[in-house]
Amino acid sequence: MAVPLKTKKMLTQTGDNSAYSFRTKTKSFFASKKGLNTDIIREISRQKGEPQWMLDFRLHAYEVFLGKEMPKWGADLSGIDFENIHYYVRPQDKSKRNWEDVPKEIKDTFDKLGIPEAEKKFLAGTGAQFESEMIYHSLAENLAKQGVIFESTDDALKNHPELFKKHFGTVVPPGDNKFSALNSAVWSGGSFIYVPKGVHIELPLQAYFRINIENMGQFERTLIIADEGSSIHYVEGCTAPTYSSDSLHSAVVEIIVKKGARVQYTTIQNWSGNVYNLVTKRAMAYENAEMFWLDCNLGSKVTMKYPSIILRERGAKGEIQSLAFASKGQHQDAGGKVMHLAPDTSSTIISKSISKNGGRSTYRGLVKVIKGAKNVKTRVVCDALMLDPESRSDTYPTMDIKEEDVAVAHEATVASIGEDELFYLMSRGLSEEQAATLIVNGFANPIIRKLPMEYAVELNRLLALEMTGSVG
Amino acid sequence: MAKALKIKNLNAAIGSTKILNGVSLDILQGEIHIIMGQNGSGKSTLLSVLMGNPKYTVTGGSVMLDKKDILDLSPPQRAQNGLFLGFQHPQVVAGVALGNFLRLAKNTIASAQKSKTPAIGPAPFAATLRAEMEKLKIDPAFMSRSINEGFSGGEKKKSEVLQMAILEPSFAFLDEIDSGLDIDALKIVAKQLGVVQKKQGMGLVIVSHNPRILDFIKPDKIHIMSKGKIIAQGGKEIVKKIEKDGFDSFIKK
Repeated sequence: MAVPLKTKKMLTQTGDNSAYSFRTKTKSFFASKKGLNTDIIREISRQKGEPQWMLDFRLHAYEVFLGKEMPKWGADLSGIDFENIHYYVRPQDKSKRNWEDVPKEIKDTFDKLGIPEAEKKFLAGTGAQFESEMIYHSLAENLAKQGVIFESTDDALKNHPELFKKHFGTVVPPGDNKFSALNSAVWSGGSFIYVPKGVHIELPLQAYFRINIENMGQFERTLIIADEGSSIHYVEGCTAPTYSSDSLHSAVVEIIVKKGARVQYTTIQNWSGNVYNLVTKRAMAYENAEMFWLDCNLGSKVTMKYPSIILRERGAKGEIQSLAFASKGQHQDAGGKVMHLAPDTSSTIISKSISKNGGRSTYRGLVKVIKGAKNVKTRVVCDALMLDPESRSDTYPTMDIKEEDVAVAHEATVASIGEDELFYLMSRGLSEEQAATLIVNGFANPIIRKLPMEYAVELNRLLALEMTGSVG
Repeated sequence: MAKALKIKNLNAAIGSTKILNGVSLDILQGEIHIIMGQNGSGKSTLLSVLMGNPKYTVTGGSVMLDKKDILDLSPPQRAQNGLFLGFQHPQVVAGVALGNFLRLAKNTIASAQKSKTPAIGPAPFAATLRAEMEKLKIDPAFMSRSINEGFSGGEKKKSEVLQMAILEPSFAFLDEIDSGLDIDALKIVAKQLGVVQKKQGMGLVIVSHNPRILDFIKPDKIHIMSKGKIIAQGGKEIVKKIEKDGFDSFIKK
């Protein structure tokens, strides 16, 4: 999800994820065969008309991918069959700037999701990715005039080669982990954003990612550079229809927040229950810069995602707030990481998870403070709400602190919905389901209220949907 | 249309411990009843059972609301049939604004009662709520605060009376509504209780162990409970006896 849907009716009449679960019949312009080898990687690069250095980057990353073991410390990934995935599916010949030029069946998909309408109402720019490619990008004219760049990452490689090469792969190198290596080998699509010095973008920019076919691998690559003293709020939303076999979403997001700049990156994803969602997100924050990850995860089969912030220079601030909802057959393994590499830096990690019907949620976090990073402040709060005894919640907070002049606060709570609380609300005329939904919404509220209003309304609706039929 | 609530030989237990041992009591709409008794006499349990708290098992008896036995109804169904419980210890519900919750409750009850007035929107509801808050001297800011979170004891009790005023029940049960209130707050709450009760023609059952409440509320009947039973009934003379000889004087009889 991401954008508020036009039709409330559609949501309330259907259960589960199905409002997003419709499939569209499309003819792909090109689809690679299932499985991965160097020929496919060369073909992706050739089709995109990339410079030699990018092909070399991809091939090197593929070597790294093959050389790395599957991570065994987190969620169960044994169901991923790398041979049963389409790594590159190109829905049309190139990205469009005019909505009217987008092929009709793709346009219909995004119309149903309410994308073009939202752009008119409350966004400064929109991007939409279908399978492997960004099929549409647009930016408010006044921002383009001020030098803001908002393009698909593929277009940016062609249009801004120097800016691109200088920053690409610097925050998340291919060797970071197996899935960042895979992404680096086969990446396609994603957003490239450059905000010039001192430019403040008031309204959010948004990108919407849609997987439509079965056994799809979506590997978008997003790179945001906020130059000195600038600010931007970027919002991404993701959905996919339900299929019987699995898809893989493995994105890499790199963010560079220069001196005195501020970036907020908001994610609202509602993947269907057959998507493995393994994403590497990291930001580098320079002097007095501010980075804020706001990460809301509903749906998917397995999510492993720990948005990270490297506080590299004095005075940098980082904040990570995440919300996860794990239902039957789902494992949300999420959290955040902050590296304090300089004095006077501060960070906050707030993680809230809700587990229902045997769903499993895990908080996994790291706060690292190196020797010499004096006067650091850090606070970690993780709260778990369990709706039934079958569900599970685990917390793995790691603190690696090598400096003494540090203020550290850590709180963790695990709660279940209390009978007294339910009875209190029910005595006022609410059904058990209404009462439980209210408690869940209240639990999630401190994070939801950080969202722009339109998204907050939508997320509350999604939570209510998840709660439908969940009790007695 | 005078409705009646008739409790007949009500027995209830928590686990295997019997708490109510045959309570019988008739309440008509428009009447005020006060139930007094020592701690542990079963007063609070009685109100909780009337509202359908699942903690308690009803082991016998009936509670008729006109011709309907409400013991078969779930707590929300009881609320939708016009019953209300003001809690002794109101629950905190973090992150849920009192105003939003009350509007949801109001509209849910109205829709269950097939009310012809359309669901009330946020703005008109806020206006109604603000007016009621003013009467109870509750800071209107509490509307946007989480239910009972950080409320003082007195504020919680005022909030219970506020909820009653908004939901307009036919019968309200108020559990220790006077505890935690200072004398000024008690005056305000009692006055407002009287106003709402008259306006609604509501049947009111107030549980208290403090005779002081009678300085502010004039009941139609006073009941004394002990060991899960009503052991004495009467008017104000009962209170004089309590004040003189204590609850023991009834129990020893």
